Amino acid sequence: MMWMNVARAQSLMPTRGTEVASQVSNLYSFLLIVSFIASAILIGGMIFFAWKYKRKTDNDKTPYISHSTALEFLWSFIPLVIFLGVFVWGWYVYHQMRDMPKDALEIHVVGKQWAWETQYKSGVKASNLVVAPIDTDVKLIMSSNDVIHSFYVPSFRIKQDVVPGRYTALWFKANKLGEFHIFCTEYCGTQHSGMIGTMKIVSREDYDRWLEEESKVGLLPLAERGAKVFQVKACASCHSVSDAVVKVGPSLWQRFGHEEETSSGEKVMFDENYIRESVLNPNAKIVKGFPSNVMPSFQGQLSEVEMAALIEYLKGLK
Amino acid sequence: MAATTHHHNPDVNYINEFKGIGSWLTSLDHKRIGLMYMISVLTFFLFGGIAALGIRLELFSPGQTVMTADQYNQFMTYHGAIMVFMVIVPGIPAILGNFFLPIHVGAKDVAFPRLNLLSWYVFMVGALMGIATLFMHKVDTGWTFYTPYSIKTSGAATMMVVAAFIMGMSSILTGLNFIATVHKLRCPGMTMYRMPLFVWAIYSTAILQLLATPVLGITLLLLAAERILGVGIFDPALGGDPVLFQHFFWFYSHPAVYIMILPAMGVVSELIAAFSRKTIFGYTAIAYSSLGIAAVSFFVWGHHMYVSGQSETAGIVFSFLTMLVGVPTAIKMFNWLATLYRGSISFQSPMLFALGFLFLFMIGGVTGIMLATLAVDVHFHDTYFVVAHFHYVMVGGTLMALMGGFYYWFPKMFGKMYNEGLARVTFVFIFIGFNVTFFPQFILGAMGMPRRYFDYIPAYESLNKISTVGSWLIGIGFLISLYVIIDGLLRGKKAPANPWGAKTLEWQVPSPPPHTNFHHDPVVTAGPYEYR
Ligand code: HEC
Ligand SMILES: [Cu+2]
Ligand SMILES: [Cu+2]
Repeated sequence: MMWMNVARAQSLMPTRGTEVASQVSNLYSFLLIVSFIASAILIGGMIFFAWKYKRKTDNDKTPYISHSTALEFLWSFIPLVIFLGVFVWGWYVYHQMRDMPKDALEIHVVGKQWAWETQYKSGVKASNLVVAPIDTDVKLIMSSNDVIHSFYVPSFRIKQDVVPGRYTALWFKANKLGEFHIFCTEYCGTQHSGMIGTMKIVSREDYDRWLEEESKVGLLPLAERGAKVFQVKACASCHSVSDAVVKVGPSLWQRFGHEEETSSGEKVMFDENYIRESVLNPNAKIVKGFPSNVMPSFQGQLSEVEMAALIEYLKGLK
Repeated sequence: MAATTHHHNPDVNYINEFKGIGSWLTSLDHKRIGLMYMISVLTFFLFGGIAALGIRLELFSPGQTVMTADQYNQFMTYHGAIMVFMVIVPGIPAILGNFFLPIHVGAKDVAFPRLNLLSWYVFMVGALMGIATLFMHKVDTGWTFYTPYSIKTSGAATMMVVAAFIMGMSSILTGLNFIATVHKLRCPGMTMYRMPLFVWAIYSTAILQLLATPVLGITLLLLAAERILGVGIFDPALGGDPVLFQHFFWFYSHPAVYIMILPAMGVVSELIAAFSRKTIFGYTAIAYSSLGIAAVSFFVWGHHMYVSGQSETAGIVFSFLTMLVGVPTAIKMFNWLATLYRGSISFQSPMLFALGFLFLFMIGGVTGIMLATLAVDVHFHDTYFVVAHFHYVMVGGTLMALMGGFYYWFPKMFGKMYNEGLARVTFVFIFIGFNVTFFPQFILGAMGMPRRYFDYIPAYESLNKISTVGSWLIGIGFLISLYVIIDGLLRGKKAPANPWGAKTLEWQVPSPPPHTNFHHDPVVTAGPYEYR
């Protein structure tokens, strides 16, 4: 059956993680086969005629054939029927993608430059990660903080723009365990291609366990909790913490207690207050060599405990 | 319509009748204006091409290699904006249309020669403004200027948008001129149904230019107003609707796809008839399918927005209408094929490009139907599949036709023959290079690689490498073409009036044509493809 898969180009497609994905793949296979036949007729015909009716002498006579109503009717009508058939089939599958199940598990997703934030009913938050149970209707309710993004899971064959100022939705029912890519498919600036998340499909038990563990974050030691906040707020998409590599912003590795030069040439100490100011009011002091207005302000998004946890975490990056 | 006669000096033509750069810059001659467009468009093509090679070079390997993410985003923006607004939209109509449409209908010039010159100047002002942003804070919005990103980003986006607006004005003026020319200046005996299909195609395009471009103009002005004055039309932070911009934008930009491809279809009709020495099969069907495509193309813009959040019903309607555009396109393909049947086919370089067009356009067409199919598009939307599809149509289609057209009409435009052997070599490089570059992108798209990606996961690496190598082959192909053109201009043998034995009017006048196109007012008694 290997050759069948190759012929249907399925081996090149991402795994099919949902029933809808299989349906899309079937429709795509059909389209490929029809396209191949149509191309064989037209391109094959072209090559055949080009070879058969190659110019022999400069005075070749050619027949004067102006048209043929029957033929022209045929090659308008047959494509029309095929196109309409494909249209209906495409509509049928599309309707299933768009028809939201009633009692689905709802997860909120917020797109922002350049990360996905997920929030569960219980208050658990994650970043660039959606954990969902297998064989369950899951509905994502999505919105954006800044510009338009698009939430795309190739293995599920689903995609939906994530638009600021309104909610859009997406649903799926995974039938495979594992981790799948989430890509952003609407151009959103510098780190557009870095806005990659993980869709993690787990068993029902693992899912409950995960939720349980995550909700206990409040009981963790401060620095570990800070590491969580750092993940969830997607600081990591702009700052590296394990080496000196510059991403969008400066590396925060081994910075605590060292002097920092700002764009105005002033020297400041990288201490508790400096971190606080950098996070709540990033434009107050700009690190030399970096642009202003890139790091978003986290004013109003962090509790005092979370702030303290972040500081504790950054202190410990050695 | 005997052209050359004793009392006209055969050595005087539109190129040498008037001399000096001033005589060009103030010329009202449609042929000279066509050449001025040619020089400017080819220059911009060079810019856009360099940007393309830069993009492919960065994508040769994952991660940052030759440029930063921000620079990459600028490269892809300039590649798209330059190629669309400065090369492919004006390409065939403004160069070949300007030069040949009046001759094809037996006219001395276009209906409004002054307006024609004005539209070149307007185009240049817009284009140079666009290029000028390269020396300011470079634009990174992508050629589609989607809001609210285009409102929030720094960079000279406002200037670029105004530049596109101005180039749109030029496009409108050109369209207006062609419509008037076709209706008012046909010579005696030149009925609508005796016009070459190239004229029908340019005429259909002109209608689109006239009706669709103003919508782009208004949209871009609103965007500029929003950036400068902060009125909230598209930015949700100000109470606007970002998706509205997409509707406006595609209301122009889908018909614009046909502004780009219809002229190419016109050129291909000419090439296939001429090099098969056979009358075109289904003349009326081809002519009306151009008009049909033009008409329906106004109602399909939403197929770019299946996942934008528009309603399911809207998606269904747009998918249905898009399928309908497929039919006239299929009709044309079959008609060209039927024209080859029992022809006397020669494989000179223009014909190679025409056959190359059929091949690539076929692939572009079937993948277009896949993208029109709702459920399949949800997977392919904004992936490399789309990138591959529209390059097969725009480059495989329009650029192949433009190259074929150049070679076909080169003897007429300049009175010189070019090196045929080398011209065929350019075809081989461009055709093979094109497929090597873009075919792997279909697979990348099916695998899920999104477009406008500076970086990608390792699974996509080998296909990206192949694609980049292909881009070098295309680059070599175009370098050789440049040599063929320069070599032909400098050393080419003198061209006869009708080197291909074609039947349309331009081949019945000397090469290059005289200033007024015809020494004697032509009278037409038969159709354009009377190979009997
Ligand atoms: C969109 C990218 C981005 C995100 C997200 C981001 N930052 Fe930043 N950050 C920057 C940039 C750029 C700078 C340098 C310019 C400046 O000083 O504002 C910076 C500077 C800083 C500095 C000062 C660094 C130094 O070396 O002096 C700290 C501390 C900091 N960020 C912490 C954070 C924390 C904590 C988060 C998450 C809550 C975060 N950032 C999220 C981009 C980002
Ligand atoms: Cu994005
Ligand atoms: Cu379109």
